[in-house]
Amino acid sequence: MKVTRLGYVTLLVVLVFLLAPVHGKGKQIPVAAETASYTITIENFQFSPHNLEIPDGSKVIWINKDEEPHKVAEINNAFASPVLDTDQTFSYEFKSTGKFEYFCTIHPHMTGTVTVNPK
Amino acid sequence: MSRRIIHDHNRDGVDRRGFLECMAWAGTGALCVLSGGVLNSFALPDAAEAAKKIPAGAFSFVQISDSHIGFNKAANPDVAATLQAAVDKINALSVQPAFILHTGDITQLSKPDQFDTAAQLLRGLKTDQVFYVPGEHDVLDGTGNLYRERHGANSTGDGWYSFDLQGAHFVALVNVLNLKAGGLGYLGAGQLEWLEKDLKGVSSETPIVVFAHIPLWSVYPEWGWGTDDSAQALSYLKRFGSVTVLNGHIHQTMVKVEGNVTFHTAMSTAFPQAAPGTPGASPGPMTVPANQLRTVLGITDVNFMQGRLALAVTDSSLADTGFPATQSMEKQP
Repeated sequence: MKVTRLGYVTLLVVLVFLLAPVHGKGKQIPVAAETASYTITIENFQFSPHNLEIPDGSKVIWINKDEEPHKVAEINNAFASPVLDTDQTFSYEFKSTGKFEYFCTIHPHMTGTVTVNPK
Repeated sequence: MSRRIIHDHNRDGVDRRGFLECMAWAGTGALCVLSGGVLNSFALPDAAEAAKKIPAGAFSFVQISDSHIGFNKAANPDVAATLQAAVDKINALSVQPAFILHTGDITQLSKPDQFDTAAQLLRGLKTDQVFYVPGEHDVLDGTGNLYRERHGANSTGDGWYSFDLQGAHFVALVNVLNLKAGGLGYLGAGQLEWLEKDLKGVSSETPIVVFAHIPLWSVYPEWGWGTDDSAQALSYLKRFGSVTVLNGHIHQTMVKVEGNVTFHTAMSTAFPQAAPGTPGASPGPMTVPANQLRTVLGITDVNFMQGRLALAVTDSSLADTGFPATQSMEKQP
């Protein structure tokens, strides 16, 4: 099929209109959600902070700073990470209140708690 | 010959309750001889002389541990090279071992290519028989399937098995799966039940060798160095005259003698770890100066004196070129 120069211009204009609203919405998403984010560092075979308190709806990011692989698993399977090698992260967004106890299934003496309070 | 206790700090002297504990940090060069219920430690210059008195074994085997193939951080950027050095050292032994025990953490991340590299390096051994138990690094899939596909052919459950060789009974245990929050290594009810049945048919005079990755005695629970339900397993072993428990996991040699049971941990072939409880340290890789690395890696040679209910355990570092004794033990009835 032969496409004229006018055809190319029309296509470009259509594409710009199609993408613009999507682009606009994309910008608004983080503002609208306002998900608070907290970090738990895994270092020297310890979760730090050991006990973290967060408001409901917050996201927690675990980052492994050890030269040893670790995992993060809630004791009732509310969440479980894959194997986290050095500098790898795992995140989980808490959508209910309560006390969540978790541990490293590779090194089970490593434990921690996330307490989720009402907003 | 002078006799002196060389590890006389608070933790590892003679315990007045009746068991003896000897700790020898990797590379320090100690020889421990248990004779007539008394444990003596010798510094290395005396060790070579003392070791000559240990009769040549009817057979021997070598324990290697914690190869961590795939690890590439500062503590050892080339773990394949140091496993190769361990293979070369074993092949150079004047008395070739009947077989090899690998007490786990073969790989760093349980990846197929890491298992393959380890297998390829160990195919260079003169002896073609290697018995394995998994470390926690070998079961990162959560099930141990990847490990058992390669090394679980003659095992049951999560990978435990036993065999008889040269008059001794060997038991391979798995204590790195189904770990509980806040806990240590774990054997589990199914494995304990199997162990009790397995030992039922074995005569009390038969020397027993138990091997597993995580120590089956409480080395340092704060770092996870112990096994939750090991006491139950050890209760099945009380009636035997000679029990040797060989573990890895802690990347350093440590010995404890309790009644008829000798507990022994091996050095790693990959990287050392800190002595338990070292302030500011963790149970992770410890970086030492590159030119000292091979002094803190090593192998363990075990000699059996058939019919004598006696054994000798000898650790030697990859840097040792002479008589390979950083630590040895003889146990006699």
